[in-house]
Amino acid sequence: MNKTLEHGGPIFLSIALLLAWELACKAFEIPPFVLPSPSLIVEALNENLYIIWFHSSQTLLTTVVGFAFAVIFGALLGIAVGSSRLAYSSLYPLLVGFNSLPKVAIVPILVVWFGIGSVPAIITAFMLSFFPIAVNVATGLATVEPELRDVLRSLGASQLDIVHKIGIPRSMPYLFASLKISITLAFVGSVISETLASNRGIGTLMTQASANFRIPLVFAGLAVIALMGVVLYVIFALIEKRMTGWATRGATFGIGG
Amino acid sequence: MKNLVELIDVSLSYGKTLAVSELVMKVPEGSFAAVVGPSGCGKSSLMKLVTGLTPATSGAVVVDGHEISAPVAIVGMAFQNPNLLPWRTTLENVMLPLEVVRPERHQFRARKQEFRDRAMNLLRIVGLDAFADHYPWQLSGGMQQRASLCRSLIHQPRLLMLDEPFGALDAFTREELWDVLQAIWMQQRFTAILVTHDLREALYLADDVHVMSNRPGRVVRTVGTAEFSRPRGEKTFLEPAFNESVMDLRADIRAQRMPIDVKSSTSGETI
Repeated sequence: MNKTLEHGGPIFLSIALLLAWELACKAFEIPPFVLPSPSLIVEALNENLYIIWFHSSQTLLTTVVGFAFAVIFGALLGIAVGSSRLAYSSLYPLLVGFNSLPKVAIVPILVVWFGIGSVPAIITAFMLSFFPIAVNVATGLATVEPELRDVLRSLGASQLDIVHKIGIPRSMPYLFASLKISITLAFVGSVISETLASNRGIGTLMTQASANFRIPLVFAGLAVIALMGVVLYVIFALIEKRMTGWATRGATFGIGG
Repeated sequence: MKNLVELIDVSLSYGKTLAVSELVMKVPEGSFAAVVGPSGCGKSSLMKLVTGLTPATSGAVVVDGHEISAPVAIVGMAFQNPNLLPWRTTLENVMLPLEVVRPERHQFRARKQEFRDRAMNLLRIVGLDAFADHYPWQLSGGMQQRASLCRSLIHQPRLLMLDEPFGALDAFTREELWDVLQAIWMQQRFTAILVTHDLREALYLADDVHVMSNRPGRVVRTVGTAEFSRPRGEKTFLEPAFNESVMDLRADIRAQRMPIDVKSSTSGETI
């Protein structure tokens, strides 16, 4: 009973919210160009299925490519920052500074460099999503118990050995936690870039649709982005569960007292 | 017998704080030494000095005939916290040092079966062989500490350093593990240094008990325990001489206490 409630919870809540939205639109007679009702959005989605697919596949591609670069680069950067004090003190301020930059402001520069198209979107997705990965991996490595470090050092282990034997496995749960945050940020990055300068992608679709006052179509675009975000999140949550079950053991019980 | 560990007028300071001062200590090869002292007397600093993890500020730390300045690979260590790796099974945890220490790390693949047998043998001695494939979080605190003990012994170290290994355990488990440790030690005869705040534990396990002074720590007295025959057991606790020694040591530690100055605190002055 509890289990079905737990699994069904997100679905029930979504349906309830959509119902409330639908009813509110009907009851207060909100015009569709202000806030379209869910049924209108579904209709718009249905009517423009091919166009939405054309744009969303592009967004998915740039997001996933940008995110893949972010995982590789972020993890390597995190390992460097987390395992060496020199790298930490010299790189961290730079990283924080870079992360504080509004990425929206960088997109026009990227367009000047690479032209309109996939490349600025991939880079924006990458820029937005690598930081949480790097910080989390670095945290996992930097919080290795000093006594465990002593045990290995007294055996003649090098810093590399400690990172390899303890640091990296230990930072895996941190890595996966950050992947779930980063994948959604990667979507934000792609869409920002597409909104500003692109001729293909959900961002482009929404800009064009809102310019033509096709507000239901804008919302349909938003719904597709949200859906893709949820799907990728779930994929990474499943991988996390398989890879780092030891960190989230939850209901399993111990033996002895 | 020759000394495996010898500390000659060793001092250690962290910045301006002097943790250990003019420390003199000798540990003969194959003997069991215990170090007791008031809290914060630099017992853990002693661990780091002897293993070479922290170089001495002055004086000499001699291990196996050589003055050391870097970690010595003949050491096994166990701490109050078992520090097992949660993503490895008990057996894999025990075998970790063999993947790191030289020359075994280069032979790990070739001699894996032999190492496995060695680990299983140790687990059998401590009564954990049935739990070799369990993960640390499936073990109780006492079982984790047994595994930690096996890990510290798997590479057959000549020197075992124990930093309050039983400090976090309940009294029954603790006394049980004393006997486990004593049995392993009597069989393998490595040199052991046990840092503890439990006086009965020190007297029960060690050949020599070194009493340290308040910070900055140095050895103020060494008590021999040769009169209690081995293997020690339930009888040892009942011996009047054993309990007298416990009382003596307690008196020594009490004498190290800071005088309690009530006046300054009641007048509300802060120092």
